[in-house]
Amino acid sequence: MRHTRFSFLIAAVSAVVALLAHVPEAPGQGFRTEIPRMPDGAPDISGVWQALNNAHWNVEPHVADYPVVLELGAQFAIPPGQGVVEGGEIPYLPEARAQRDENFANRLGNDPEAKCYRAGVPRSTYMPYPFQIFQNTGNVYVIYQFAAAIRNIHVGGVREAPIDTWMGWSNGNWEGDTFVVDVTGVNGVTWLDRAGNFTSNQARIQERYTLIGPNHMEYEATITDPTIYSRPWTIRMPLYRRIEDDFQFLEFKCVAFSEEILYGHLRKPPED
Amino acid sequence: MIRRAITIAGAAALVTALLAPAPSSAQTRMTAWGEPDISGYFTQSQTVPLQRPEELGEQEFYTPEEAAERAARRMAPPEGPPERNRGTNSDVHYDFDQFGLSGFQNEVATNLRTSIIVDPPNGRMPALLDAARERADARREARRGREFDGPENRSLTERCIVWSSTLPPILPGGYNSNMQIFQSPGYVVIQAEMGDPRIIPTNGEAHAAGDLQQYNGVSVGRWEGESLVVETTNFHEATAWRNSGPNMKVTERLTRIDDDTVEYRFTVEDPETWAAAWSGVYPLARIDGPIYEYDCHEGNYGIANILAGQRAEERRQAENGQ
Repeated sequence: MRHTRFSFLIAAVSAVVALLAHVPEAPGQGFRTEIPRMPDGAPDISGVWQALNNAHWNVEPHVADYPVVLELGAQFAIPPGQGVVEGGEIPYLPEARAQRDENFANRLGNDPEAKCYRAGVPRSTYMPYPFQIFQNTGNVYVIYQFAAAIRNIHVGGVREAPIDTWMGWSNGNWEGDTFVVDVTGVNGVTWLDRAGNFTSNQARIQERYTLIGPNHMEYEATITDPTIYSRPWTIRMPLYRRIEDDFQFLEFKCVAFSEEILYGHLRKPPED
Repeated sequence: MIRRAITIAGAAALVTALLAPAPSSAQTRMTAWGEPDISGYFTQSQTVPLQRPEELGEQEFYTPEEAAERAARRMAPPEGPPERNRGTNSDVHYDFDQFGLSGFQNEVATNLRTSIIVDPPNGRMPALLDAARERADARREARRGREFDGPENRSLTERCIVWSSTLPPILPGGYNSNMQIFQSPGYVVIQAEMGDPRIIPTNGEAHAAGDLQQYNGVSVGRWEGESLVVETTNFHEATAWRNSGPNMKVTERLTRIDDDTVEYRFTVEDPETWAAAWSGVYPLARIDGPIYEYDCHEGNYGIANILAGQRAEERRQAENGQ
């Protein structure tokens, strides 16, 4: 009798402790066994995430190709990619496709990534570097390792961009278990990949983030820009949680690495 | 647009708050997951200098009247156009007023202190050790005669790599002295407007990265009562913040005082640079957001023009047979 009551007491206390202990785990700290949720029930998309594809080279399907600087050899050759564009090709208007081709031809000097310029949206998502999402019961904040780019995602926000910026202005809302982010105010100077694909500053981008498992997220971005595309088009890819228990977000300040490209022609010539 | 400073009545209360013990839990704003809420948008701008004027000795506070007079002077717009001294930087620099960057055009928190530094008791930084002077001299010597040869010989600020006012300890700068503190379970992110976002895990655990140096150092945080305590080490030796070395350690302590104020307290320790540790405190005052994207590098015409100007001068000298 006493034994039964004691067991019940332990069970009851354990249940209460379990309820009280349902504080979100600190993100970026390893493999999750169930989809985490915030105290208000929303999926918890916080953590360190990274794309695992070759969209950063070219979002359209492409075969392997020579490196843009031949002397770099196979190490820096362009790997193949099956593409992340729904339907395969970006529906450029003819003048815009010509601009894309010109970007490609001049990518060595002109890719803003090589200049350590912020990669913009959505390119920052699928750069081959991690990014970290911070989520509280109000807003969402994202830091991308490349050039330490920041996005404040204003949850429930309706404000249009007060000014064009490299990372745009983001308003977020939950549609069921999908986090939908509307981006305006992009500056049209960022590219979409290393192949010269681009948007203009008239682009409106809608991202959709959906946890499809504790350590996998589906990412979609639809880009609408009637000045350069004949219709809106969508990219889609999985994102993978960085599951290392001791993962540390390290600094990638790339400014110094871009200075030769930007200012090399202004160096003092060597003395004869 | 000219903004007002916080009134002196509020400032007196603020000083009282800064002197008082930490507020009780009953008053403290908490996050949904049970931590003190220090989040928001803030300005670091102060009417108080980092170091106390020497003639004040150990006088820690102004009277409200003295502080009001200082604040009024600080917030008064200039009477005429800025002086242009021919042949100097000010002659060619753009007018800060046009872009709302002048001191009198920005929110500022005022308090009754005579300096941000509170330890040593004279409110001034301790003496620089010989080792630090020698390091600074060596850096200067390595660049002598080659200051304009290439971008790597220019300062980290000019290259848009690091603005020293955004490194820990964060201090008021000339302009854009604003910051955002974003809080989520397990992390606090502190981003000074002209700096990088600093990711601070709040579980108090040291990082796995060991000895890796970073420009912003490596930060670890923990909650102590109502305060977030952040320790930062592993500074990149190129940072040399105020002549410091790579073994500098900065401890910051952030505590919410009221809805409009977070106290920012810090201690700097570097036995290879200063004879003693030194500490300071100042209030962060709430401002309306957002913090705008500071795209220093993306818009860095300055360094290109500086190098191009020097190349043009060298060509001119060569043509004149000098």
